[in-house]
Amino acid sequence: MSVAAQPLANDHAHEEGHHEPTFIEKYIFSTDHKMIAKQYLISGLIMGFIGIAMSMLMRLQLAWPNESFWIYEVLLGKFGKDGVMDPSIYLALSTIHGTIMIFYVLTAGLSGTFSNLLIPLQIGARDMASGFMNMLSFWLFFISCIVIVSSFFVEAGPASSGWTVYPPLSALPQAIGGSGLGMTLWLVAITIFVASSLLGSLNYIVTVLNLRTQGMTMTRLPLTIWAFFVTAIIGVVSFPVLLAAGLLLLMDRSFGTSFFLSDIYIQGEVLSYQGGSPVLYEHLFWFLGHPEVYIVLLPALGITSEIIATNSRKPIFGYRAMIASILAIAFLSTVVWGHHMFVSGMNPFLGSVFTFTTLLIAIPSGVKAFNYITTLWKGNLQLNPGMLFSIGLVSTFVTGGLTGIILGDSTLDINVHDTYFVIAHFHLVMGISALYGLFAGIYHWFPKMFGRMMNKNLGYVHFWITAIGAYGIFFPMHFIGMAGLPRRYYKFTEFPYFDDLADTNILISVFAFITAAAQLFFVYNFIHSIFYGKKAEQNPWKSNTLEWTTPVKHIHGNWPGEIPKVYRWSYDYSKMNKEDTDYIIAGQDFVPQNVPIQDNEEEMNE
Amino acid sequence: MTALLIIIVAALLGITIWQISKIFKLSQPIESDDSQIANNEDNQKQGKLFLVFTVFLYGLMIYSFWSLSRFYAPGASSHAEDYDQLFFISLGLIMFVQVIIQFLIHWFAYKYRGKKGQKALFYADNDKLEFIWTIIPVITLAALIIYGLFSWSEIMNVEETDDTLVVEIYAYQFDWRARYSGADGTLGEANVRFIEGVNQLGLNESDPYAQDDIITSELHLPVDRPVLFKFRSQDVLHSAYFPFFRSQMNVVPGMTTQFGFTPTTTSKEIRNSDYMVEKVRNINEIRKNNDNLDEDEKSYEFEYYLLCNKICGSNHYNMQMKIVVETEEEYQKWISEQQTFKELTAQN
Repeated sequence: MSVAAQPLANDHAHEEGHHEPTFIEKYIFSTDHKMIAKQYLISGLIMGFIGIAMSMLMRLQLAWPNESFWIYEVLLGKFGKDGVMDPSIYLALSTIHGTIMIFYVLTAGLSGTFSNLLIPLQIGARDMASGFMNMLSFWLFFISCIVIVSSFFVEAGPASSGWTVYPPLSALPQAIGGSGLGMTLWLVAITIFVASSLLGSLNYIVTVLNLRTQGMTMTRLPLTIWAFFVTAIIGVVSFPVLLAAGLLLLMDRSFGTSFFLSDIYIQGEVLSYQGGSPVLYEHLFWFLGHPEVYIVLLPALGITSEIIATNSRKPIFGYRAMIASILAIAFLSTVVWGHHMFVSGMNPFLGSVFTFTTLLIAIPSGVKAFNYITTLWKGNLQLNPGMLFSIGLVSTFVTGGLTGIILGDSTLDINVHDTYFVIAHFHLVMGISALYGLFAGIYHWFPKMFGRMMNKNLGYVHFWITAIGAYGIFFPMHFIGMAGLPRRYYKFTEFPYFDDLADTNILISVFAFITAAAQLFFVYNFIHSIFYGKKAEQNPWKSNTLEWTTPVKHIHGNWPGEIPKVYRWSYDYSKMNKEDTDYIIAGQDFVPQNVPIQDNEEEMNE
Repeated sequence: MTALLIIIVAALLGITIWQISKIFKLSQPIESDDSQIANNEDNQKQGKLFLVFTVFLYGLMIYSFWSLSRFYAPGASSHAEDYDQLFFISLGLIMFVQVIIQFLIHWFAYKYRGKKGQKALFYADNDKLEFIWTIIPVITLAALIIYGLFSWSEIMNVEETDDTLVVEIYAYQFDWRARYSGADGTLGEANVRFIEGVNQLGLNESDPYAQDDIITSELHLPVDRPVLFKFRSQDVLHSAYFPFFRSQMNVVPGMTTQFGFTPTTTSKEIRNSDYMVEKVRNINEIRKNNDNLDEDEKSYEFEYYLLCNKICGSNHYNMQMKIVVETEEEYQKWISEQQTFKELTAQN
């Protein structure tokens, strides 16, 4: 940033040609990637708090459907009059919970935070390719957050047609109150979000391709960077399609076009729409919607790869296979969207094709899981909180991924489609796994972000209660799904047949409350450690990647002197010298990437 | 069950309090090591906790299968058996993998927990190993895909024969209607633009095929006769979900979707099956103790139902239709008692 452009520049700001940034420059309209990462993280966490709180209200309603709770009236106002939850607000809660968790927490909060923080630091760059675009990306995201949250204060309620907002329900205010102004705000929020995401993604791609330091070839990149890079590419390919779907929906709603609507009679009147198809919308939506799952998951897997290798004191097993799997998953993710639509009324032949492509994804996913396990094998595991969350991720990723084999099979999908089986599946494989990735990343890179350590014991408590709770919620949930319990039901008591599932629903809710309460340990630990945490040393986890060669105190440009050169990949943990007598650097079980190849070491076949 | 819940809750709360008290103890600055990096002691303790967690996880899985798998609804259509077989093969397979993999993850986390002086093995690659765990899933999945696709095409490609009963299922916020084709065996033309007064489904009154159509609010099906459903919606997306018949199809405004199955168990038969007798007894026990219910709601008798399984508005949770599967004679008797479309319009 040029000095001349700074009207408030005071005297000492002119010394040595740069100035002390003002508060606004430093903390608000910052173009520094490290600050933007923190901004993303904190906004994402606040959105996560809101999203999880919504799910608590839903779990309360599902566990005790015919009872009233004052909390509904306090939080939902007229939609919780006399402590009774309104059925339409239940649908709104599930819609906004899904939207917030998927887009705002696990896309922006996860990818936005760690791509911004780690891409420049781990590839050895002074900042993102365009700091200004990066800042713009965050502020668009922030505006989008405000818009989506503000939709809760609209007269007829926020969007209520599920996070997939299928028309005609989402297009017709006559069909449900939330499809009025609430839905307009949803579309506005998502449009801004897509713009933000594209600016961010393009920046990540350009930065990774162009700003790598000397010696940092693509095959020496840490897997985190590979994951962020490929995630950004998937985002650029698929988010514009969501934007298109959103715009067409907006036209149907506001300008009388019929892209998605046809032959509708509602509230005593025939509407003029003719010739459109809701199935078209489903295709467009899921062309983003499915890759979105991997946009959420890949960064988490990238983060875990790095943390597991570091804390196992071992190289990640099958580095090249891991990259190949990321690429394969990315490619396949764009050709499987139809598995959300097996019973949508599309041609059954397409169902066969999508079954085939979908089950193929299990192969690279399996390779990743096996590689993680082999990385743990014969390691010297340093069980830091970040490591626990990473191991937890591998576990939930496997549990949740396996049930995908049932859902991805068009035949089997018929009877469990849109039941709680699906809810259990995607929460484990994508929700919980990605959240574990987020937590792992926070515990691991907190020292880099805030220069202080988080309290490990609070971290342990946080992990264990969360791990027990997450399985306690979602494992039994598969079974109520197999019983044919549909999702997005305000209550099940209208079907006496489901009466004997009520106990299981209570069990799930109790686990949910405990798990949510455990997150307060994290909140406390996070806030407390920012201000009072133990001061971090430069490389607390004894890690090889470049971010740990920067000073603890953040400086603009990351490295005070020259940018370090890279001589090796980032996984030389516990590598022995030629004689097999000691580590390459005697007494130190890691060799940072900026250390030249030593005389006593065998060079890896790169 | 409730007692079990209370025990679990109490146990978890106990663990929570125990852990919290430990944190307070541990967060006291008496320790010399306050680096907040896992030390030898932490590694020992957390490694062992992984073992404890494994016990919890396997306990939870066993509990779920032991006491919750009875919720799996019995099948009552000709393809249900095939469906269930594929389902259980897949489930068996994934649980087999799950049990092994989860064990490895948690066992390794315990076994290789960091110890002072322990050296990790520098082990970066093994092509043979990676080939093995690529090829095994490939083969297994190929088998599953092929099996699945055969079932899929069998279920989805319904051939209409003389014997096939064609029934239209009509969805609107928030109820269902069924339309039978009547004596001529052909459903009359219909469009939302014809909806007026009693002509709730928008039949074309000038279409001769429409005259003998029969519109009902209950779905009656003769046993062992193939039924082909044509689905139509008048307002938003709905999904016609028949859990006992392992069938589901979205109902899409602006187009007709279809699905076919052959019911094989009459309502009477399934009501008297061991599974259902036990289940209904259990449900009635629960309902008896439910003070929110009126006296006449307390006794429940099983009926098949169709429910909406695509979010469709505020009453989505209560969009159901009773289904009766009966013998051909009973069905003929019932259908002959129903009003035709002509009679319906003439009346008004």
